[in-house]
Amino acid sequence: MDTLNITNGDIILEFIYLLSALLFVYGLKLLSSPDSARRGNLWAGAGMIMAMIATMVLHRNGEGEGIKGANLAIILGAIAFGGVIGAVVARRIKMTAMPQLVSFFNATGGAASALVALIEFSNPENQSGLVTLLGLIIGSIAFSGSMIAYGKLNGNVKDVFTKWLTYINLLILAGIVFLLIFILFGHAPAETRQTLVYVLLAVSLIYGISFVMPIGGADMPVVISLLNSFTGIAAAMAGFIYQNEAMILGGIFVGAAGMILTLLMCKAMNRSLINVIIGAFGGGGAEGLDREKGVVKEVSVTDAAVMLNYSSRVVIVPGYGLAVAQAQHICSEMDELLEANGVEVKYAIHPVAGRMPGHMNVLLAEADVPYEKLVEMDEINPEMSKTDVVVVIGANDVVNPAALDDPSSPIYGMPIINVQEAKNVIVMKRGMGKGYAAIENYLFYADNTRMFFGSAKDSLQKLVSEIKAL
Amino acid sequence: MESVLQFFYANKEAIFIIALTIFLGLEVISNVPSVLHTPLMSGANAISGVIIIGGIILVGHADLANLGEGSNLLNLILGIFALLFGTLNVIGGFVVTDRMLEMFKKKKK
Repeated sequence: MDTLNITNGDIILEFIYLLSALLFVYGLKLLSSPDSARRGNLWAGAGMIMAMIATMVLHRNGEGEGIKGANLAIILGAIAFGGVIGAVVARRIKMTAMPQLVSFFNATGGAASALVALIEFSNPENQSGLVTLLGLIIGSIAFSGSMIAYGKLNGNVKDVFTKWLTYINLLILAGIVFLLIFILFGHAPAETRQTLVYVLLAVSLIYGISFVMPIGGADMPVVISLLNSFTGIAAAMAGFIYQNEAMILGGIFVGAAGMILTLLMCKAMNRSLINVIIGAFGGGGAEGLDREKGVVKEVSVTDAAVMLNYSSRVVIVPGYGLAVAQAQHICSEMDELLEANGVEVKYAIHPVAGRMPGHMNVLLAEADVPYEKLVEMDEINPEMSKTDVVVVIGANDVVNPAALDDPSSPIYGMPIINVQEAKNVIVMKRGMGKGYAAIENYLFYADNTRMFFGSAKDSLQKLVSEIKAL
Repeated sequence: MESVLQFFYANKEAIFIIALTIFLGLEVISNVPSVLHTPLMSGANAISGVIIIGGIILVGHADLANLGEGSNLLNLILGIFALLFGTLNVIGGFVVTDRMLEMFKKKKK
């Protein structure tokens, strides 16, 4: 914008952008505490709507022209269409499918950034080639990577892992850097550069795919969070093209927040980010120690009901299996029943229970389990030895003692919920199959462990009617 | 070397802003209980939909009278897609975050 003729409208617009950016920060700050979280989300949303409306009304291009009526009609049409679809999908989606949905929305954000950068590259008024191309690269990677993550979480895409892929990825990455430098400093004619930008777009999209492809298992949440961070950075790059403070601040802020969240999750699993990206958790062929297995002991419904009903402390360890079976409501019913009979019931939540950090909390909240009953791993572990019965429902890797004592296990070093220390353990499982990380779990053969086979929902249903009958 | 220094000088405000914002982001997020990680991720994701403003600017200043010239039409179409995707990200993101947080709230009896 020319400094010669700044109107009041321009100044007001700048102030509104500043206010929006502050609302993003304030909103995210409120989002980090359970009591204020909902308000925080609304404030951030209000900041966004404000920035959108102000742009439509007040934005002027280099020639000082505002947005015309016909253009405004197209904008409002597109927003109405996208908004209705977004709102309907967001309202209807099942809580178990939340990680996929977050991935999907992240993909759309990445795609939008990549498209804006692609269009702006051919705009002769745009002087900031570097940030434009960075926006294009990061946005495309975020888009295709998130789509692959979506497919994996949804069960449509399988993990592919070969040693070669790591080298191929490095090669593609080098190609991207080379293309970037060549387009910017290669003094190629404009047409060649335009073609190369399309090549760059394609290569970046491919990199997004090949980068997420080998990552699986418990590492998925880390990748989603990382890609989330990418989308923020891509939006910020586009913000530099327009010198738009709301976009720059909002984007960088989300990028930094996403990065710290990524690192927090890595810490929860005792793995480094590099290890996650190169390591390929789920697909690896590590076998672990070949220990003597012992005998699997099953428990009858009646015995399980008696055990639970006459103990004083019960801890439930929910896993993704609980959510898949949609058994959180019946689980909450059992919990109420036991509480009515004077049993203290708590839930032990592993940081990566579910398919995303905090996912299990959302699922249990949906089933009306009081918030105070959900106890984090570090707080519950010291209480384990005083616990009479632990009920593990559909969880596997997060209660695998191999993480503590088997250095050859792929999950060695990951903090776990120490259920093996409890007096009794009941494991509800469909069969003896392995968990998401495909590792044998010796907990199932331990002396104090009893297996309760069947789908989580059926098993809990039986248990509830048995407890009622006692 | 000279040009690098010049670049820093020319963009010093932007660099200040970036550096401070990064610290702000780290500071705000670092004490979040893991209970809130999923809503937080989804809320932050909605904010990254701020790219929608870029979409509004692009489509807003598209030259509708001369769509036949150069890549005007292509750019308009791509711009509309950017708007659509951006809206999905923003509206979907905030709505779904609100839905998750609503459930946390209602059990506070």
